Amino acid sequence: MKNTGKKISLTNISVFILLGVFALFFILPFLWIISTSLKGDAQIFTIPPQWIPYTFHWENFTKVFDRMPFLIYLKNSVFITSITIVGTVLSSSLVAYAFGCLNWPGRNGLFILILATMMLPLQVIMIPLFVLFKEFGWLNSFKPLTIPAFFGGGAFNIFLLRQFFLTIPKDLLDSARIDGCSELRIYWNIVLPLAKPALATVAILTFMFSWNDFLGPLIYLSDKTKGTLALGLGMFVGQYVTEWSILMAASLLMMLPMILIFFFFQKYFIQGFTMSGLKE
Amino acid sequence: MKKRKTNQITRKHAFTGYLFASPWIVGFLIFGLYPIGISFYYSLCQYDILRIPQFIGLRNYEQLLFIDDYFWGSIWNTLFYTGLRVPLCIIGSLLLAVLVNNAIKGVKIFRTIFFIPSIVTGVVLSALWLWILNPQYGLINSFLAYLGIQGPLWLLDADWSKPSMVLMSLWSIGGGRMLVFLAALQGIPQHLYEVVELDGGGWWAKFRNVTIPMISPVIFLWTILEVIFSLQVFIEAYVMTKGGPLNSTLFYNLYLYNRAFEDFDMGYASALAWLLLLITLGITALQFKLSKKWVHY
Repeated sequence: MKNTGKKISLTNISVFILLGVFALFFILPFLWIISTSLKGDAQIFTIPPQWIPYTFHWENFTKVFDRMPFLIYLKNSVFITSITIVGTVLSSSLVAYAFGCLNWPGRNGLFILILATMMLPLQVIMIPLFVLFKEFGWLNSFKPLTIPAFFGGGAFNIFLLRQFFLTIPKDLLDSARIDGCSELRIYWNIVLPLAKPALATVAILTFMFSWNDFLGPLIYLSDKTKGTLALGLGMFVGQYVTEWSILMAASLLMMLPMILIFFFFQKYFIQGFTMSGLKE
Repeated sequence: MKKRKTNQITRKHAFTGYLFASPWIVGFLIFGLYPIGISFYYSLCQYDILRIPQFIGLRNYEQLLFIDDYFWGSIWNTLFYTGLRVPLCIIGSLLLAVLVNNAIKGVKIFRTIFFIPSIVTGVVLSALWLWILNPQYGLINSFLAYLGIQGPLWLLDADWSKPSMVLMSLWSIGGGRMLVFLAALQGIPQHLYEVVELDGGGWWAKFRNVTIPMISPVIFLWTILEVIFSLQVFIEAYVMTKGGPLNSTLFYNLYLYNRAFEDFDMGYASALAWLLLLITLGITALQFKLSKKWVHY
C-alpha cells in the first residue's frame, strides 16, 4: 500500500514537470512580446535579454498610429467583420434549420454535398471569384469580403448549428406547428433563442476568421485607404522590419479584441474548438 | 383522396425545406459550382484577365509537370512541411490532452495556458514569430545562447525555415487540438480502464488498448483536417519569408498566388489549383483506405 502511494506521487511529479515545461513553451513567447512592446530601442538589442523594461515606453503604442493609418484600418476591419458576422449567423442558422428541423426530399444528399465542400481548397475557386467580382465591379470594395457571407455562411457553421438544432426536442417544434405557427416563426421565436450558445460560438469563430483574414483583403483591396488591420500589419512587417517594439505593440493592439473575447466568452470560445472535434 | 393530401403535405414540406436552404443553394451555385467548373476551363487556357481566355489544351499541365522546377520545388516544400507538422501536431496535442486529463491540482490553469496561443493566427502570428525567431536577439536564440548553445538562423537558413514554421504552428494550434482530444478522452467510459487494471495492465496497456482505439475516430478526423490545412499553408510564407531563403518556403499556395496575382497568369494558376485539388483528394482517399486498419468505430 505504501509502495503504490509513493509511485503515484512520483508520476504526479513527472506529470507536473512536463506540464511546467509545456506551459513555458506556450506562455513565454507571450510575455516576451509584451515585454518587447514596452521597451525602448536600445534595450531590445541587449544580450542577454532583459524581461523587465527599464522604463515603460507606452508611446510605442501611440507610434503605431504614425506608422500606418490605424484608425482607418480599424474602422474598415470593424465594418467588414460585423457585416460578415451578421450575414453568417443569419444565413447559416436558416440553412441549418432546413437540415436539422425540417423533413424534405433531397435533404440528406444536399447535406453530404455541404460536407464535401469543406474539403475544397479555396485556391480552386479563388481565381474565378476574382474574375467574377471584377465583372460585378466589386474590386476595391468591401462587397467581395461581406456579401458571400449571406449565402450559406460556410459549410462548417451550417454543420455546427445543425448538430445543435438536432438536440432540440422534436415535440417542441411539432406542438408549435399544431398551434399553427409558421416555420419562420418557429425558427425565429423557438429555435434561435434555444440555440444562443451555438450561435455565439459561430459568431466568435466568424469573428476570428474575418478579423484575421489576410488573403481576401490582399486580393480584393488594392486602395490603401480600403485596407484592413490584418493587411496593414502585413505591410508593416515588410516596411519597418527592424522596429520590433512598435511591431509588437501593433500586433498586441490587433489581438486585443480576441484577448477580450477570450476572457469574457471563454466558454463559447472553447466550445467552438471542441464541438468541431465531436462530429462523427 | 388521402394520398393526394400526403402529396400536398410533402410538396409543402419540400417547398419550405428548399426555401430555408436556398441561401446556401444559391451561394453554392454562384460561389462554388460555377467557379469550380470555370476554373477547370481556365486551366486549359492562356488567360491574363485583360484578354479573353485562349484555349490551349493541356499545355499548362505539360509545362507544370515536365518543365516547371518551381512547381516540383513547391510540392516538395509543401509535403515536407505537411509530413513534419501533422504527426508532431497530433502526437503533441494528444500528449497535452493526456497530461491535462489528470486530476491534479491546478490542471485547469494549465489548460488555459496551453490554449491561449490559439487566439493568435494569421498575420499577427507571423509578425510575433518573426521576432521570436530572430537569430540574434530573438527569444529562442537568446535562451540558447544563455545555455551556451549557438542557435540556428531559423527563417534565414534554408534547412531550418520549414521546421521554424512548423514550430510556430505547433505553438498556435497545439492547445486548440488538445481541447478536441481532451473532450474525446473524457468520453471514454471509465469501466474499460478497470477491465485492464483487473488484468494487471499498467498505464501503457491502458493507453495502447483502451485510449487509442476509443479515440481513434477523432484522431483520424483531425489527421485528415490537419493534412488539408497544412497543404494550404500560405500566410506565414507570404509575410515572413516571401518564399525564401533559396525558395525553401516557396509553398504550393504561395507559388500559386505569385503566378495568379503577381504574374496574372490565371490559366497557369488555375491548373495549379486543380492539381492541388487532385493531390488533396488523393491523399485523403489514401488515408481513408489506411484507416480501415487502425480506426475503430
